[in-house]
Amino acid sequence: MKELSQKRATSAMPVAGSYRSIDFALSNMSNSRIQKVAVFTQYNSGSLNEHLNSSKWWDFGRKQGGLYVLTPTVTSDNNNWYRGTADAIYQNLDFLKKSHEPYVVIASGDCVYKMDFNKVLEYHIDKKADITVVCKDMDPGVSMDRYGTVKMNEDCRIEEFEEKPLVAKTNTVSCGIYVIRRRQLIEMVEHCAEDDRYDFVRDILIRHKDIKRIYGYKIKDYWRNIASVEDYFGTNMDFLKPEVRNYFFHQYPDIYSKVDDLPPAKYNVGAHIKNSLISSGCIVNGVVEDSVVFKKGYIGNNCTIKNSIILNDVYIGDNTHIENCIVESGSTIRANSYLVGEEGIKIVVERDDRYVI
Amino acid sequence: MIKKEMIAMLLAGGQGSRLGVLTSKVAKPAVSFGGKYRIIDFPLSNCINSGVDTVGVLTQYQPLRLNTHIGIGIPWDLDRNIGGVSVLPPYEKSSNSEWYTGTANAIYQNIDYMESFNPEYVLILSGDHIYKMDYEVMLDFHKANNAAVTIAVMPVPIEEASRFGIIITDENRRIQDFEEKPANPRSNLASMGIYIFNWKTLKESLIAMAEQPALDFGKHVIPYCHEKGQPLYAYEFNGYWKDVGTLSSYWEANMELIDIVPEFNLYEEYWKIYTKSESLPPQYISQDSVIERSIIGEGTDIYGKVYNSVIGCGVTIGKDTVVRDSIIMNNTCIQGGCEINKAIIAENVTISDGVQLGVGEEAPNETAPHIYNSGLVTVGEKSVIPSGVKVGKNTVISGVTTPEDYEDSILASGKSLIKAGE
Repeated sequence: MKELSQKRATSAMPVAGSYRSIDFALSNMSNSRIQKVAVFTQYNSGSLNEHLNSSKWWDFGRKQGGLYVLTPTVTSDNNNWYRGTADAIYQNLDFLKKSHEPYVVIASGDCVYKMDFNKVLEYHIDKKADITVVCKDMDPGVSMDRYGTVKMNEDCRIEEFEEKPLVAKTNTVSCGIYVIRRRQLIEMVEHCAEDDRYDFVRDILIRHKDIKRIYGYKIKDYWRNIASVEDYFGTNMDFLKPEVRNYFFHQYPDIYSKVDDLPPAKYNVGAHIKNSLISSGCIVNGVVEDSVVFKKGYIGNNCTIKNSIILNDVYIGDNTHIENCIVESGSTIRANSYLVGEEGIKIVVERDDRYVI
Repeated sequence: MIKKEMIAMLLAGGQGSRLGVLTSKVAKPAVSFGGKYRIIDFPLSNCINSGVDTVGVLTQYQPLRLNTHIGIGIPWDLDRNIGGVSVLPPYEKSSNSEWYTGTANAIYQNIDYMESFNPEYVLILSGDHIYKMDYEVMLDFHKANNAAVTIAVMPVPIEEASRFGIIITDENRRIQDFEEKPANPRSNLASMGIYIFNWKTLKESLIAMAEQPALDFGKHVIPYCHEKGQPLYAYEFNGYWKDVGTLSSYWEANMELIDIVPEFNLYEEYWKIYTKSESLPPQYISQDSVIERSIIGEGTDIYGKVYNSVIGCGVTIGKDTVVRDSIIMNNTCIQGGCEINKAIIAENVTISDGVQLGVGEEAPNETAPHIYNSGLVTVGEKSVIPSGVKVGKNTVISGVTTPEDYEDSILASGKSLIKAGE
């Protein structure tokens, strides 16, 4: 994620104007009537913790269940950070042991999608699977070297699993969403920890692929991981397409997010907007084309913003030209700046030179 | 024992009949304002920003939208362990049951509610003004003067003073006299309908005046306190305060929000106005759109041209449609090729292709010229307007209308077309 991850965990990346990446996973869980959700955070979690300061936005915070934020803690017999995905679960095994729910959904916070996890669970039970992995066929031409690829037999049982291959044998990738029985998970994670292994995919999924019944559940709907600059940029730009907007914004169930109490967006004389998303709290005085402007953006007079993503709370001074850029949140762009991504997307990070009066 | 220094009672039961079809289904405090807000958001936000965390909202007329909007008060942080917001509708009693017959009668019927918080002071508010005000400063003024009652007042131009309740004070702001809409005003201080009472004074006067029919603060309770020689003071407020009781003042107050730096600024970090957000997604502006001098709410899709307008959340404005000088509320859909001039269009309205609103010569409204004037076209909520019709000025449309309702596809200026409600 280059400079963008200096500020926050990928799960807290702003997406589609008004949301953060983790909103999609959390809303899907809420909409699937999953009542107990634990979020594991470790890397740069300030921004994420701020976003999760209340669970009411996603309708958690019930008497039954709730939203738990589990960070690594120092205890008498452990002073490690989370050394991997399986280790994160292992360090919080008591949480799993104390729960009574029979099944666990494991998902990551860096994907943009809508999903009813109940459908996956039904499939999981139907196939008598030990683990079900949600998969998607990628379009030809997409590089697989960031994904885990899977190969299934005709019954959808996973036969091969490769992590981030340079040359992929299939174009089916794992979406990083798993359904597993809680007791099974506890057993596998304990086993894994005994061998000093810490990664869920490498040390649990791949090692067990011939012993346990691991099935793939294929989805055809929109799913995209945002964990690289190109994918992050592309995902946001996808929301300029009417079918993507319609799918996420207008079709029930909704995606929820923290409410910021911002005023409506305002367009003054000189504003000229073409094919763009503008979020609440923005004030626009200039030209915006093919771009996504997040909340509280200020765009000065005689500015031109083209094919760019302007993250939250950015001030852009007069006569500025921005093209093919991602402007980091909180930046203050001085007047008369000229910022163009010549080869690919340029990431612009500026200090916040404004003061709250 | 529970003890709250000051609690607020917010009168939100009025119909606001001068807003015409806008309030045929909802109480005036629940009418949309400024794109995403409702009028009641302003006094509720003022309360929490002033540190008043206990608010009783008195409802009576068409309370459904108000009830769902307020809920348990989460948007205003008024979901509290002790206090918070309570909606107080009229209720049946063992001996009798009556509606709220006047502003003070409504408060009288909720004496038990106020008593339960053991307050020192009670703030009386109405749910139909747009303003930002720190009630704590007003309370400091009240305490400094050892007042029994403090009335917030606002200087108005003397030539307009005859439209208001006018208050005459001495040089220390102690109230000498009042006049209701005087022909020859002796002062230019207009009452804003905001009062702070000592709880003891309020309780005593409400009980003493209980038998008065249609018990009203301005007409009965304040004069009663004055006659008894209680110290009444006027607190002068000089900020933005706008009554949105008529369609034209409602339209003007909305339009003032689109000025470059509006007098009433919603974009300040300090003193935020909170509301229940009904929609989250950003707004989409298409390739062929033009937007100038407008404010637009979340989740709205714009494919046409918008000038000088206030657009709510979840609105669709179709291709080749031109909207000028208009207010369009939440979830309304205007299809393609329309021309909308100086219209107030309520929530969930559907306007089909090629409709023209606000065209032709002006003519006074034939049924209610005191409500529908200033050249406005007013469309009530959930109305449907069939494609291709032309609608004149000073008109009103409400309900599902069909082509048969329009003679030669025209609704001439000054006509009213009301099929349901009112």
